[in-house]
Amino acid sequence: MAATTGALGGFLARPMGYTGVWGWVTTVDAKRIGVLYLVTSLTFFLWGGVQALTIRTQLAQSGLTVVSPGLYNQLFTMHALTMIFLAIMPMSSAFFNFVIPLQIGARDVAFPRLNALSYWIYLFGGLLLSAGYLTGGAADTGWFAYAPITEKTFSPNKGMDFYVLGLLVLGISSMAAAFNFIVTILNMRAPGMTLMRMPVFCWMTLVTSFLLVTAFPVITVALIQLLFDRYLGAGFFISSRGGDPLLWQHLFWVFGHPEVYILILPAMGVVSEILPTFSRKPLFGYSVVVFSGIVIGFMGWSVWSHHMFTVGLGAVANAVFTVSTMLIAVPTGVKVFNWMATMWGGNISLKTPMLFAIGFIALFVIGGLSGVSHAVSPSDFQQQDTYYIVAHLHYVLFGGSIFGLFAGIYYWFPKMRGRLLGEGLGKVHFWLMFTGMNMTFGPQHWLGLDGMPRRIYTYPSNMGWDFWNLVSTLGAFMIGVSLLVFLYNVWRSFSHGEHAGADPWDARTLEWTMPSPPPLYNFARIPTVHGRDPFWDQKYATDRSGRTHRLPAGAQEHDGHVEDVQNIHIPDPSYFPIFVALGLALAALGIAFHLAISVVGVAIFLIAIYGWAFEPTVEPRAHH
Amino acid sequence: MPASNRPFFRMGLFLGILSFGLLLVGCYPTHFQSTFDAAGYVAEKQLTLFYYIFWAMAFVFVAFFVALLYTVLRFRRRQGHDEIPRQVHGHTPLEIAWTVPPFLLLAVVAVPAISVLFELDTPPADAMEVNVIGHQWWWEFEYPEQPGILTAIVTANELHIPVGKPVKFTMTSTDVIHSFWVPKLAGKQDIIPTRKIVMWFQADRASPEGGFYGQCAEFCGLSHANMRLRVIAEAPDQFEQWVKGQQTPSKPAVELAGLAAEGANLFANVSFEGGQRCVFCHTVQGQAIQGKVGPNLTHVGSRGLIAAGILDNTSEDLGTWLQNPPGVKPGAKMPNLLLTDDQIEKLVAYLQSLR
Ligand code: HEC
Ligand SMILES: [Cu+2]
Ligand SMILES: [Cu+2]
Repeated sequence: MAATTGALGGFLARPMGYTGVWGWVTTVDAKRIGVLYLVTSLTFFLWGGVQALTIRTQLAQSGLTVVSPGLYNQLFTMHALTMIFLAIMPMSSAFFNFVIPLQIGARDVAFPRLNALSYWIYLFGGLLLSAGYLTGGAADTGWFAYAPITEKTFSPNKGMDFYVLGLLVLGISSMAAAFNFIVTILNMRAPGMTLMRMPVFCWMTLVTSFLLVTAFPVITVALIQLLFDRYLGAGFFISSRGGDPLLWQHLFWVFGHPEVYILILPAMGVVSEILPTFSRKPLFGYSVVVFSGIVIGFMGWSVWSHHMFTVGLGAVANAVFTVSTMLIAVPTGVKVFNWMATMWGGNISLKTPMLFAIGFIALFVIGGLSGVSHAVSPSDFQQQDTYYIVAHLHYVLFGGSIFGLFAGIYYWFPKMRGRLLGEGLGKVHFWLMFTGMNMTFGPQHWLGLDGMPRRIYTYPSNMGWDFWNLVSTLGAFMIGVSLLVFLYNVWRSFSHGEHAGADPWDARTLEWTMPSPPPLYNFARIPTVHGRDPFWDQKYATDRSGRTHRLPAGAQEHDGHVEDVQNIHIPDPSYFPIFVALGLALAALGIAFHLAISVVGVAIFLIAIYGWAFEPTVEPRAHH
Repeated sequence: MPASNRPFFRMGLFLGILSFGLLLVGCYPTHFQSTFDAAGYVAEKQLTLFYYIFWAMAFVFVAFFVALLYTVLRFRRRQGHDEIPRQVHGHTPLEIAWTVPPFLLLAVVAVPAISVLFELDTPPADAMEVNVIGHQWWWEFEYPEQPGILTAIVTANELHIPVGKPVKFTMTSTDVIHSFWVPKLAGKQDIIPTRKIVMWFQADRASPEGGFYGQCAEFCGLSHANMRLRVIAEAPDQFEQWVKGQQTPSKPAVELAGLAAEGANLFANVSFEGGQRCVFCHTVQGQAIQGKVGPNLTHVGSRGLIAAGILDNTSEDLGTWLQNPPGVKPGAKMPNLLLTDDQIEKLVAYLQSLR
């Protein structure tokens, strides 16, 4: 054994550098992984946006030929896949990574290397999913890819293979990350941080993670069946072979509806952090907000067939899913009431993060209200698969998730970088994006009710759809401009932004007790938590009369002792996560191209797993 | 503004909003697929339900936005006001209380929703029967033998129905999933391969010139956008007329003369590019070979449109179609048969004789 270790010593030695490209490639630090997630997801978000603008340009007027019908179908499919799986979900992960350990008073996540692995699988999986563009056509059957058009007979090119393989690989990333955060949140909270004292963002992360580990297996099964259909002629979804195309729809939406909450709950968590901070009040009805989040998570499993009202399930099924879907409005409504009550009586500072958070509430509520009209199945018969649905889903996912996540970016960027994003530019960004968003998606309600189906690459000039389509396109470009403002803001603030200090917003939770950016080991002293807003309670005291006043800096109590920073053990970086991920992605790629690539992939995967298993936790250091 | 002007101002605002609303609603008849212009029982029921939900949600919308704006404006931080508000953590009775309004609101919506759902679910017993077959990217309509229709009729893309009579559709697809949708008559219904799915609607008024517009609503591939249809709803006697016309065989090829006769010969006996003959894919009653890949052309001359509603049935458009079908309709399952102008002229003459 000793000999083996000796011979492999070089191979197994952990890298120790924290600088340069290798520092980022081998990092296992959740904060850095969070930044990687954020940068990558923003890049994919912009790519998704470019696809969206191309779609909107094609639809600006009737009969345009900006792109070919084939490319158009790829664009709307890949736009959705990019935004859902490569932008919104990983942007939430960025905050899970950066914020959760800090908020619960931990030094890192439970499994740091697994965390790095999740990121690298996400990156490679994202490239795999998009690879079709380079090999004669990306997936082009819509993001929910209803069988049997996804079968080899109708979609012979590799785009669908990349859809299947890409999503399978991305699923591994999401599952690994979700397990990691479940364990982290349940096991690594600082002393005194009971579950019911956790910040709501942690709670929503926990609920989301449970949804991920339960929902992804369902889509995984469906994807593997589709893979068997395409490669082995299994016929799971081919009715003439005894299969059933509706099986796909059920499996897809049993995953797909919880997925909607996977996309929105983190944003709700972000907003639940920002509203109290900027209102200078604790979250109103904390336990109700937490509980309604959990209820939404559970109920998300009982509504999938509302996506299938028009497939002919019959009146009884449609009635059941109509009612179950409408019931979700109750916990959702309760959340909104509590957010409003949090602001009520507060001293509201309308800084950019708060603007985005308020924008989130406003737009999300509009999406929720239009949702009621197609929760009602007879009314949905007219709306299903029209632009009305496109409008609804963008109010929820763009107005909801994206606004919530941008609120998070403005809120936590100072913690990541140590500098604030420019406030003036932030406000310009917000108002442009808010106006652009309503201009883009507002008119689509009308277009849908006026009979315009979704997923059509063209429409005749006599339908009366030209005007509002043009408005919608202009709105989309306004969103594009707002994002340029945002990018400029980031670029400028990155090195010239105002210094943030530890606590720029007068916030309430533990991450703000640390310098910005926080040191590698997060907490020199693991804090002991006494309440729901631990940092606020350190800064402020409420006297008997109910009046709250700021404690003088010196009087702020500290417990525990500052450890010798040299003695804090955190795992060293590792080469292996990126290689495990690479092996996995190559193995999947080979299925679409040539099994030789898979063999190489599996080999890399196995060797890297071996190294992973046997490398030491930390390299012995000179000073030891 | 002086207080005495207030009511006028409010009235003006109200009238302004009202007229804007009417403007929106008022322009719908020219909108061929507007769901606001219900022309039949089913669509009307669905529209009424939609309006009902719409007003309920509009009420919530207004109440919510007033509350949100009020909260934000009233409690926003003003210059120099840096005080710490009271740290209210919640208010249990209130939190319980406000689960009630959403429940009530949902009950208000759920009751009519469910009743309409069940009411529209079963087609009336006296409905006329039509089978719908979805193809990539055109519609086949089959009127099976039934009272009033003694021999079956097969046509494509243009559905004729009598006004005031419910029509029951039994639908299936030969390839992928499509969705049958004529917004002014009813909400959509997906069509699933090998399943037989039933829906119904009824036209309560005659369709305008060109018929009620419809189109496939479920993504079905390259030319999903080009899979359109028309419903010609006409007075019962006109409908009978149409049925008779469809049941009378078109002029047999031997009775044709000139260009049309030569076209008939091309249609039946000549192999084009790839060994394809028109009859391998198309049925014309009376021909020896009756293909089923493409639309039945027995009475193609009587249709207003071809290629699932994207071209007019004129000699010019027919010519364009025959010249290069996938060029007109991306992916079309009728290949480019590399016909010469001369052949096209003859085929068009023949097709137009099939009335
Ligand atoms: C390989 C099969 C095939 C062959 C051969 C073929 N067609 Fe077609 N044809 C089709 C299909 C499929 C359609 C429907 C296309 C669509 O609308 O998407 C069609 C549509 C048409 C239409 C429009 C009908 C309507 O009502 O929309 C006409 C007219 C027509 N074909 C004429 C011809 C003629 C004439 C020939 C011989 C020169 C011919 N076709 C050969 C398959 C074929
Ligand atoms: Cu859903
Ligand atoms: Cu279609």
